[in-house]
Amino acid sequence: MEEIESESCDDEIVKKIMHVMRAAPHGTIYTYEGLEMILIMAAYDQDISVAFIDDGVYALKKGQNTEGIEMKGFAKTFGALDGYDVEKLYVDQISLEERGLTEDDLVVDVEILSSAEIGKLMTEQDVVVHH
Amino acid sequence: MLHTINKSPFGNSSFETSARFLQPGDPVLFIEDGVYAVQANNKFSAALNEILKNNPVYALGPDLNARGIAEITAGVKSIEYEGFVELVEEHQVNSWL
Repeated sequence: MEEIESESCDDEIVKKIMHVMRAAPHGTIYTYEGLEMILIMAAYDQDISVAFIDDGVYALKKGQNTEGIEMKGFAKTFGALDGYDVEKLYVDQISLEERGLTEDDLVVDVEILSSAEIGKLMTEQDVVVHH
Repeated sequence: MLHTINKSPFGNSSFETSARFLQPGDPVLFIEDGVYAVQANNKFSAALNEILKNNPVYALGPDLNARGIAEITAGVKSIEYEGFVELVEEHQVNSWL
């Protein structure tokens, strides 16, 4: 079984795909759909990274309780992405600072980078998908 | 990497945000409502001039025409659909929404 799996992996094309989260989590469906897309792509063993920019950083904010608005809360799912081998989570430092947030306000370990650093990572991708 | 921007800068932060992420030499193309960014003498002209120092900037002519934008910030090149296709052929695309 293991051998078959590794053989099939050899035939697979692994692309570097960056997902860019730019919208706040509950006002539109974009962030949630983006998260679903990440999970699907991760199931195909793609090289996934996620960048949180602008209001996208709010998706990672601690203490979100969506019970009262009867929406699914999915901050915890971002926290569980490492279970799907999605470990490259980047947060734009300016976006965080503009919103008065620090790394301690986030539900998951992330790498906080400058915009230029994230911009450079974008150029290294096969595909960049904005949500 | 080709950066495309398709939203008006007056209602969406894509233009201002993307500017921070551009690598020197990356082309920027304004399409659809994004072309309002390049109308001459608007509040984004200064920011656009900063980008023009390190990056080629294009706007899609048919979208400019459709919106009656005749005067565009100096240095911005108006291109046709063929030029759009050429840019996409030459570069990876980063489509800011």
